[in-house]
Amino acid sequence: MSAVAERDELLALAGVTCGYGHEAVLIDVDLAVHGGEFIGIVGPSGAGKTTALRVIAGSMRVAQGSVTRRAGLRMAYVPQVETINWSFPVTVRECVLMARVHGRRVPWASRAERAQVAAVLAQLDIGDLADRHIRELSGGQQQRVFIARALVGDPELLLMDEPTSGVDVRLRHEILHLLDDLNAHGLAIVLSTHDLNGIAAHLPRVVCLNRSVIGDGVPHDVLTTDVLERTYGASMEVLVHGGMPVVVDSFRRHAPHHPHPHPHPEPPPHARPHVHSEAPG
Amino acid sequence: MIDEFLRPFDFEFFRNGLLVATMSGALCGAIGVYVVLKGMSYIGHGLSHAIFGGFAASSLLGINYLLGAGVWGVVSALMINGVTRRRIIGSDAAIGVITTASFALGLALFALFGTSGRSFDAALFGSILGVGFDDVIAIFVVSILAAVLIFLRYRALLFTTFDPEVADVAGVNTARMDALLMVVLAGSILATMQVLGVTLIAAALVIPAAVARMLTNSFARMLQLATGIGAVCGFAGMNLSYHLDIQSGPTIVLVAATLFALVFVVTGATGRRRAAAIAAPVPGGRAPLPARAD
Repeated sequence: MSAVAERDELLALAGVTCGYGHEAVLIDVDLAVHGGEFIGIVGPSGAGKTTALRVIAGSMRVAQGSVTRRAGLRMAYVPQVETINWSFPVTVRECVLMARVHGRRVPWASRAERAQVAAVLAQLDIGDLADRHIRELSGGQQQRVFIARALVGDPELLLMDEPTSGVDVRLRHEILHLLDDLNAHGLAIVLSTHDLNGIAAHLPRVVCLNRSVIGDGVPHDVLTTDVLERTYGASMEVLVHGGMPVVVDSFRRHAPHHPHPHPHPEPPPHARPHVHSEAPG
Repeated sequence: MIDEFLRPFDFEFFRNGLLVATMSGALCGAIGVYVVLKGMSYIGHGLSHAIFGGFAASSLLGINYLLGAGVWGVVSALMINGVTRRRIIGSDAAIGVITTASFALGLALFALFGTSGRSFDAALFGSILGVGFDDVIAIFVVSILAAVLIFLRYRALLFTTFDPEVADVAGVNTARMDALLMVVLAGSILATMQVLGVTLIAAALVIPAAVARMLTNSFARMLQLATGIGAVCGFAGMNLSYHLDIQSGPTIVLVAATLFALVFVVTGATGRRRAAAIAAPVPGGRAPLPARAD
């Protein structure tokens, strides 16, 4: 991936309103992404997280406002794994190579392309799986294949839609560590996630979105009771554990009819920080 | 025995028919891979029926059927593509309306004014007898165009077929890829119609791709295999058609279907699992994105 000057602005959404048909999904959204940033967009289902990624990627027209991208910005998009057709006849190598759509006009890979694909697969620790069908891989390996497909285009900005959706704790850690390594090498990353404690709390910057931007900043400033309640429309409580914010569902804790109330809940094991020992922000 | 096998090669119509059937099989086999993997089998079936309306109109107007049905087919293909991408109404309903109305128009025109020029039965079920040198030229030109498209836009077509949303972000003009594929599909159906007939072309598109899918997990190999399987079925089917005195379309399709059954049995559970995946809903047919922002 390319090293980009840390504060070089890659793109900016200014007053963006857009949607599907007559229904506005995003309303007056402002968001700037700089080189080297690692941003998590959180919000309830239907909040417009995927739409925001599409607007950033340029695959969705905005009704109002503007999207400004740095000239020549290279972006890559990793979709939700649930949208992948795992039965499609494609090997890992073919899947990664298909992203090299510009330049070479013949179907087969050049020596340089083969070397690049091998290097990216090796970087992601799936170098020995190049000839395997994508369905024959574990969940973590599958996610890595699509990250590899994104990286082979040498992007400056990586967009990921729910990269840890439906994965177990171990795989979530694996993906988070991988993305952290990529970000440490200069790749800017914007991802959407439902996972406040497992993902968002570990990121340097969190954007709370519910059609509009409710909060934007470091987790300590954004993952607060007030911002989260306005984002999710539900009662939420934020504890601090090991220096990190831990979001707790207040309703469940205090519901009188709950058969097994937890008056003093410990944060679940997966809420503890794993990427860095220091608290983000 | 050998003499009996070679005897039909003395006839020009057979040589033409054999050339057209073999090239048609290869062409439909290759295009069929994209059609099947994009979940467009119904579009292929419907488009062949739509082209029948153009065939009938050009037959009655006395204009070259390749030109008349060709224009009709391309317009129908682009209409179907537009409706499918924009989700104006449900795509299967839109395809059903456009293609069956066109097919019905063709039948009505033949009922009202009778047939002239090309045979009505040949258009529906295919016939070796009506194959002329212009058919050979037509299938050759369409095959070259399809080969050039697949060769030069291989990765973009694969990306669009597998993951159109991400392909769009990566800079692939997926709308243009879909439109090009539809135009080539219309051309393939048109050029193949004389040998296979509009009612059976869908089988030539689907069966070689399905057989190839059972044999491999690689897209490149599937494309190569489907092309070869289509050509072999066209060649064998046309020869059998002559010797058994059965229309060429049904014979070619029956050869392909027999091969499918054989491969289905031989590849066992692995082949069945792969074949089942073809019939599963394909995200390639999922909601298309709005037009690019810039």
